[in-house]
Amino acid sequence: MQFTFNEEQDQLRATAQKFLADKSPTVEVRRLMETHQGYDPIVWAQLSSELGFTATHIPETYGGLGLSHAELGILFEEMGRTLLCAPFLATAIAATAIMNVGTESEKSELLPDIATGARIGTLAVFETFGTWDADSIELTAKNDRLNGVKRYVLDGHIADFIIVVARTTTSDGIDSIGFFLVDGDAPGLNRRVLNTIDSTRKLTQLEFVDVAARRLGGNDDQSAKLADTLDLAAIALANEMVGGAQHLVDETIKYAAERIQFGRAIGSFQAIKHKCADMLLDVEMAKSAAYYAATAAASSDPELPVLASLAKAAASEAYMRIAAECIQIHGGVGFTWDNDTHLWFKRAKSSEVFFGDPSYHKEQLVTRWRH
Amino acid sequence: MQSLDAEKLRNELRLWLESNWDPNASLIEWRTKLAESGWGMPTWPSQWFGKDLSLVLNPIVDEEFSRTNAVTVARSGIRLLAAATILEHGDDSQKSRYLRRILTGEDTWCQLFSEPGSGSDLAGAITRADFDGSQWIINGQKVWTTSAHHADYGLLLARTDWEAPKHDGLSYFVIDMHQPGVNVHPLKQMNGHASFNQVFFTDAVVAPENQVDRIGNGWKVAMTTLMHERRSADALRSVQRDRNLEGRIYDEEREETATVMEPYKWYPQRAGRVDLVFERAIETGKIDDPVVRQAVADLMIKAKTAEWTARRARAAQQQGRPQGPEGSLGKLAASHVARQASKVHTMISGSDSMLGDEDGPLAGLIAEILISVPATSIAGGTDEIQRNIIAERVLGMPKEPRMDTGPFRDVMKNPGPGGAP
Ligand SMILES: Cc1cc2nc3c(=O)[nH]c(=O)nc-3n(C[C@H](O)[C@H](O)[C@H](O)COP(=O)(O)OP(=O)(O)OC[C@H]3O[C@@H](n4cnc5c(N)ncnc54)[C@H](O)[C@@H]3O)c2cc1C
Repeated sequence: MQFTFNEEQDQLRATAQKFLADKSPTVEVRRLMETHQGYDPIVWAQLSSELGFTATHIPETYGGLGLSHAELGILFEEMGRTLLCAPFLATAIAATAIMNVGTESEKSELLPDIATGARIGTLAVFETFGTWDADSIELTAKNDRLNGVKRYVLDGHIADFIIVVARTTTSDGIDSIGFFLVDGDAPGLNRRVLNTIDSTRKLTQLEFVDVAARRLGGNDDQSAKLADTLDLAAIALANEMVGGAQHLVDETIKYAAERIQFGRAIGSFQAIKHKCADMLLDVEMAKSAAYYAATAAASSDPELPVLASLAKAAASEAYMRIAAECIQIHGGVGFTWDNDTHLWFKRAKSSEVFFGDPSYHKEQLVTRWRH
Repeated sequence: MQSLDAEKLRNELRLWLESNWDPNASLIEWRTKLAESGWGMPTWPSQWFGKDLSLVLNPIVDEEFSRTNAVTVARSGIRLLAAATILEHGDDSQKSRYLRRILTGEDTWCQLFSEPGSGSDLAGAITRADFDGSQWIINGQKVWTTSAHHADYGLLLARTDWEAPKHDGLSYFVIDMHQPGVNVHPLKQMNGHASFNQVFFTDAVVAPENQVDRIGNGWKVAMTTLMHERRSADALRSVQRDRNLEGRIYDEEREETATVMEPYKWYPQRAGRVDLVFERAIETGKIDDPVVRQAVADLMIKAKTAEWTARRARAAQQQGRPQGPEGSLGKLAASHVARQASKVHTMISGSDSMLGDEDGPLAGLIAEILISVPATSIAGGTDEIQRNIIAERVLGMPKEPRMDTGPFRDVMKNPGPGGAP
């Protein structure tokens, strides 16, 4: 296992940092979060066709850069740090799903357009209330027709295609899980943006009424592939979260040094110093888990399921604690709309439960460890 | 002895209410009567709209108002803090100028203490008041001012002496909010509400007769206001009354309440809404999840012990015994309760915690809890300040060395409007 980043990876991070500092300052985040679309197509074109971010973990045979989840993790971390408003997480997960289930011809058909950023995709798994796994899936696929409702679908309103995970039957009539491809503007598909506490990330509800779909990867049960896809999604999110957490730690330290009360910087009070030290501890531990899991994903480590849950649980708790402390140390200012802290606080809150909350992942961690 | 007094008081008030209370009177007409008779604020001095009634007997008055469904004097908002401060520190002309219209509800007040640069360190205020020979000229900025947008008067803490030590250079004024030098801007919070205001002073004026108490004694006066603010939560709970009463006076009062209470709509949410937890856990089925059950139990332990600790403090107070250390812990305990409640609501709502407004659980109420709770450990004194107070004043631990002594001009401070000359 590799515990440092190599030179190319450092370079990738530097490129991403420079680009994001320029394209995703907080004013831009605030502007985009108020729009229905939720992203800037010009910035999307730049990060995909110019910088190749969307091609990162796609194999070269399919027009990608052939890099790994470790490099992808770096990008997520930087995007989480700046709260980039873009369908990057959605599209990267859709690509992962295709790579996991698709046949050769399906991969050749779908992945190149994702790599260039020409097409935005998303994965629709979850439904109303329930666990973040195959058990709660009720949307049905019969004769390649979908009926049901998906909720919390990332950027579903702008996606050119949607990969829908449905309950179906195998050729020998056994109840199973399958992946289906649907056009974003397919007849019978009703898409609605949900009201979210974190408006920097658009979540949608998709209603399928007899929507035509195409099965991906053959007719066998794909629940194991779903689990693997969700593990990789959790790792991606964990990396994004530690980036956001690090940003809040940086902002807190800066503010504690500037803000004066009682004739001294508040950072000179031990109560504040100790909080800051704990915040650093939190973010560094969570980073170690997120990095380790991303590296494990890059090398197809058999421990991956355990590591994914560990990383997601650690990141969720660290990010939330840090976000709460960041507001606290900012005092009243931290509770205002004009101060930026709440944007990250809301991202932390919603990421905490997205793809499974900490108690779900802790349960998974122990269950998977025993196997 | 006391019970005899109590009976006499009750009879006297009953007779008075029988011959005076009229649900079809106008609000101001009735409250003027209350103010003049002394029955509006009977614990105030008889010379100033009161009856010199002892605090112990006051509950009887509330009981009688409650029994007859009679409307009381205006009690909400900052008004009564203003009245209490003026009663204690104001001169006679100030008392006769302001007290009656406070009781009738004709005037609305706000409190101008917190500044962008001084929150925990309230005495570090840098809004300045300079005497130009005939009046005080005010420059600077206040923040977190509830009701400033519709207030007639403000209780202003401003610096009049930059050479004196921090606490000794402050003075207290009543400022007329309707003047060109006063600008009020709403302050939007992270939960989307705008319950507070920023107030900017640019050469605003205060006449010398509106200076309260001595120049340089402002900190002491402000402490009186703050002491009443702390008490008010308990003492000013509105008198119980039947619902949906009919009569002109009730309509007028409902209108008043709606305006005054509007900024406080989300306050229950910031405390965590512990009351909703069981209902939500049952409704979602999460009540059977062992992890959720443990977290709910932790919350109940925190909430119940906080409540009983507060009751111990109140009971001691009511018996006239000195409050023990339990009296200083309530604010800190409330923060712990709110934070745990937010955690529990997240666990119960699961992925729906991400959703707000009509898409969110309880039509957005849960989301509002999650994004309002951070206020609890900040508003009214941060948790860190509460811990300092508990450690230094209750436990008597050695004091933090001070770096804000000597002439205030030389004390390190945040830059801001107003400021040292
Ligand atoms: C929802 C809400 C409602 C409010 N309502 C009102 C109101 O009605 N009227 C009003 O006047 N004000 C009000 N306030 C303001 C509130 O009283 C202040 O925000 C609070 O006292 C903290 O001050 P500050 O914001 O300046 O933070 P600061 O004092 O700058 O504090 C920043 C951080 O430093 C810490 N800190 C400061 N001093 C010390 C110390 N000595 N030791 C250790 N740590 C320290 C604080 O705990 C905090 O974490 C409200 C605030 C909020 C959020």
